Amino acid sequence: MFAVQMQGIVKRFGGLVANDGIDFELKVGEIHALLGENGAGKTTLMRILYGLYTPDEGEILIGGKPVRIHSPRDAIRAGIGMVTQHFTLVPTLTVAENITLGESGSLLDLQQIETKVEALSGRLGIPVKAGTPVGQLSVGEQQRVEILKALARHARVLILDEPTAVLVPQEVQALFEVLDRLRREGISVVFISHKLHEVMTVCDRVTVLRDGRAVGTVEKSQTTPSELARLMVGRETFGVHRQGERPSTGVLLRVEGLNVKSRKGAVGLHHLSFEVQAGEVLGVAGVSGNGQAELGEVLSGMLQPESGRIWVGTQEVTGASPAELTRAGVGRIPEDRHASLVGELSVADNLVLDQLEHFSRHGVLDRNAVRRNAERLIAEYQIKALPETPIRTLSGGNMQKVLLARSLSRNPLVVIASQPTRGLDVGATDYVRGRLLEQRARGAAVLLISEDLDEIFALADRIAVLFEGKLMGILNTREATVEQIGLMMAGTPLKRSSVKEADRG
Amino acid sequence: MEIFLVGWVAATLRVATPLIFGTLGELFSERSGVLNLGIEGTMFLGAFIGFTVASKSGSLWLGFFTAVLVGMLSGWLMALLAVRLGVNQHVAGLGMTLLWTGFSLFGFRLIFGEPKVPPSITPFQSLSILPDSTFLGPVINQHGLTYVAFLLIPLTGWVLHRTRFGLNVRAVGENPEAADAAGLDVYQIRTLALMIGGGLMAGGGAFLSLAQLGAFTYGIVAGRGWVCIALIIFANWRAVGVLWGALIFGGVAALQLRLQTMGLQLPYELFLALPYLVTILALIIAGRNASAPAALLKAYRRE
Amino acid sequence: MVKFRLERVSAPLWFRPLIPLIALLVTFLLTTLLVLWAGADPLKVYYYFLIAPLSSRVALIEVLVKSTPLLLTGASVAFAFSAGYWNIGAEGQLYAGAMAGAWLGMFLGGVSPVAGIPLMMAGGFLAGAVWAFGPAILKTRLNVDEVVTTLLLNSVILFLVSYLLNGPWRSPVSMWPQSPEIAQGAHYFRLLPRARLHFGFVVGLAVIVIEWFVLQHTPLGLRMRAVGLGKKAAQFAGLNVNRTMLVAALISGGIAGLAGVGEVAGIHFHLIESISDGLGYSGIIIATLGGLHPFGVGLAAFFIGLIDTGAQSLSRALGVPVYLGTVVQAILLLVTLSLFVLQNYRLRRA
Repeated sequence: MFAVQMQGIVKRFGGLVANDGIDFELKVGEIHALLGENGAGKTTLMRILYGLYTPDEGEILIGGKPVRIHSPRDAIRAGIGMVTQHFTLVPTLTVAENITLGESGSLLDLQQIETKVEALSGRLGIPVKAGTPVGQLSVGEQQRVEILKALARHARVLILDEPTAVLVPQEVQALFEVLDRLRREGISVVFISHKLHEVMTVCDRVTVLRDGRAVGTVEKSQTTPSELARLMVGRETFGVHRQGERPSTGVLLRVEGLNVKSRKGAVGLHHLSFEVQAGEVLGVAGVSGNGQAELGEVLSGMLQPESGRIWVGTQEVTGASPAELTRAGVGRIPEDRHASLVGELSVADNLVLDQLEHFSRHGVLDRNAVRRNAERLIAEYQIKALPETPIRTLSGGNMQKVLLARSLSRNPLVVIASQPTRGLDVGATDYVRGRLLEQRARGAAVLLISEDLDEIFALADRIAVLFEGKLMGILNTREATVEQIGLMMAGTPLKRSSVKEADRG
Repeated sequence: MEIFLVGWVAATLRVATPLIFGTLGELFSERSGVLNLGIEGTMFLGAFIGFTVASKSGSLWLGFFTAVLVGMLSGWLMALLAVRLGVNQHVAGLGMTLLWTGFSLFGFRLIFGEPKVPPSITPFQSLSILPDSTFLGPVINQHGLTYVAFLLIPLTGWVLHRTRFGLNVRAVGENPEAADAAGLDVYQIRTLALMIGGGLMAGGGAFLSLAQLGAFTYGIVAGRGWVCIALIIFANWRAVGVLWGALIFGGVAALQLRLQTMGLQLPYELFLALPYLVTILALIIAGRNASAPAALLKAYRRE
Repeated sequence: MVKFRLERVSAPLWFRPLIPLIALLVTFLLTTLLVLWAGADPLKVYYYFLIAPLSSRVALIEVLVKSTPLLLTGASVAFAFSAGYWNIGAEGQLYAGAMAGAWLGMFLGGVSPVAGIPLMMAGGFLAGAVWAFGPAILKTRLNVDEVVTTLLLNSVILFLVSYLLNGPWRSPVSMWPQSPEIAQGAHYFRLLPRARLHFGFVVGLAVIVIEWFVLQHTPLGLRMRAVGLGKKAAQFAGLNVNRTMLVAALISGGIAGLAGVGEVAGIHFHLIESISDGLGYSGIIIATLGGLHPFGVGLAAFFIGLIDTGAQSLSRALGVPVYLGTVVQAILLLVTLSLFVLQNYRLRRA
């Protein structure tokens, strides 16, 4: 008995085929993992099921009957609920108002709704405070509101898009318990993830997607993590790894007692101190939302620290603007590459935007120099574009290459790379990692902020772990284990003794 | 002095009436996420339609309600542009103002020609609840529409906070993605909010021609729409704030009129400019206007 | 109700240049109803709008006269919009320029035009920039929405002008509230004999060309466009977003001020309350129609001047109310805006 059947789903975005004839079947009362790397098409497929995208081809059956889902409203009516990565809650409304949003009726009896919400949350063991504005809740609480919202509308199918990315381990455990209870109530869950161990813990069946195709559906009991990994990646990955240890030739980036005020819905940074040596990659690991974005922004000049000091080489750059940082020798790879390039301007213009003074004479732009610069960097960084191509038409990988070209071509002393390979395909990922290691080999200090532990282990000489904006400790990569890093990511600080050891190493 | 005060209060309520209509209209639009700079033109259109229908049919109320209906159409057109198509709200709104200003003047000239004496009608009379001679008579004996306007304030607050439609309007104005995901039709809700808003704006305009003046002139609205835009900020996007804002604005304008008629030699322009300057001051003090709907000015479009 | 949704598609390249033509066609189709209501022949009306103003020397010159302030207000608005600064205040900044012109003109008796005209221009530019300064500094320092502040200041300056013209600046010899006539040395010279076309037209064309050069070929222009198209990206690249917007806002105000000076020094020779009557708002239309490109703005200003002139001869010749011109402009604006969106999207039934 299937709750949902999706047959031959095709979805194109411009030239990109995100879903290429995917078949997917969800049984009643199962937790079904949708596993795949970033960009494999998992989220696209589920956004289609939830009516956020319209498929170009293919059919959807609910309970065996073909349906047309044009909007979330249709999906809700068909008994489908979805919790997306970015929560779809209205921060100014209360929990009860958010949960009742979208229901029919004309009057709003808040008291009755709050009672109903509390009854439901009691029954499902999902505690929430019905009268609180959602904007005041923690991320884990907001996720619970999202789940309740779907269930309050009698969803029989619940889609969770990377639900653990924003959670700390304890919250993950609580979530898994909730999912287990839902399964017993006969609700089917689609669990989108790229984390093998989670999938093996909580799911009954697994469908693996790769490059927009479904490459197989397996029972959990009949598979192993390594088989799933092979299906996911589909090739023997050698990947890019750092080679050898480099002798220390001095500190290039020093951060001392850095504090950043917490903003709405985000953690701040609390008393961070660390150093990055020349020729070293310092990886910053952590569960998403524990201050990585803030750290990247502070070191890029996009966010002002409350207190603390930052040096590049011997020059103090505390509170410096992006332009001052660039002049001081900081190359910055931003987390949000789309928002960090001007989409409507050309590749050539974007490549000179941070150094216009070198491309103008007597207050006039030297168009020939701008173009020559673009031609040189396009060739050097293998950017698939012409100098006059607008940035917005580029793929994510090529955008990242533009950003790399702009910042790395000036041979910076310090490289700040925030989530540099997120959302890129395998080829582009290897390319970016290779470029970062090239900087290390050249003698630059590289700060690599990444949520991809494999990436950190492959590239970093030392690993720092952030938890709720605090540094849990720094380890030498060759002495670190995944378990130990995992503990630190969950908020267990490294023992004092081993910190000293790492410093000496 | 007492007579002066009573007269002033009475005038304040009268002057505030069109401002309340317009501001509540703009409130519906902005709470749904759309800045409607078409307000100035929609009020002008309301004044024109109200006057024309009333003068041709002989019924003031028919004129008023036709104006409201046409105002709703204007709101629908704004929604087509700014919501369905998602064009720039500033420019679309100003375009609407230009359109309705031009259209109203065009229509007025065609229907009434260019007579020496501008055409007029017998306007709405004030209610006579108390004899005019009694002390509070002038304050209490207002136009029926003035009472309607003041009743509309709590009604708007009630609609926005105690009905599902109001919840939906607030949701699409704060986070349309969330509203969409909750199964709401963002376009439809914004369209409805703009239509209600347009109706109210036109109602405010019709008050000017049907109650205040009994005529339609080129300068009948004279920037009142822009005052409403300012009032929204002053009111911090809350219905109850509209009451205080409209009373203060109305009070200053009425005071200016009364001082002028008393023959005081004051630069009355300063009084007229004062509310604008106060609004700018309020904007500065409010700082980053924290209470503006988060999705204001942002067109919503699904991927 | 038919529901539709927009789906992003890449527009065919040949479509963009056709937008003005399609917009014009749609606009005329939509206004046909009004023309029929006025009892006129639509074809004749379009003849008066598009052909008649171009068919005689007198009419053509009148089009250029009307285009003169529009070139400047359009350029003013386009300049600010390019940097993502939504200056709705060209109307007020124009009045500021006109006030400066009227004021300077009172003191320039006996001064030669060689000195007088540059002084007038400098004064007008400065006054426009000063009037634009408040909203600009509030935007860049305190993040106060510039749309509302510039809009409100448009009304404020009208009260100021009204006060001056009914009080301290009132010309004693005139029946109407207006300032004294400016000195001869402050007059813009005429470009042609027996015609109102004046030096301001040259100023307008020059500003258009300079603006094009600045936007396309200077670091300031590239910075402005980067800020206008992506504030965060510009900031990330190290541009000073606030300073760039401030500079754009002040120059924009200055250009609008030049438009005000032109009306005083080239047409009226004194300040009157209705000296603009919407020229600044027309600037927003023109900037939009011109796609924020200076040359597009130049063409749009000429076109709006054409419609304005056409509407006047229309009302004289056919008795169609002159306001048809306003309606045509408004519809043209709204249709063009819609087409700009639709060129990147395709309607799909949902």
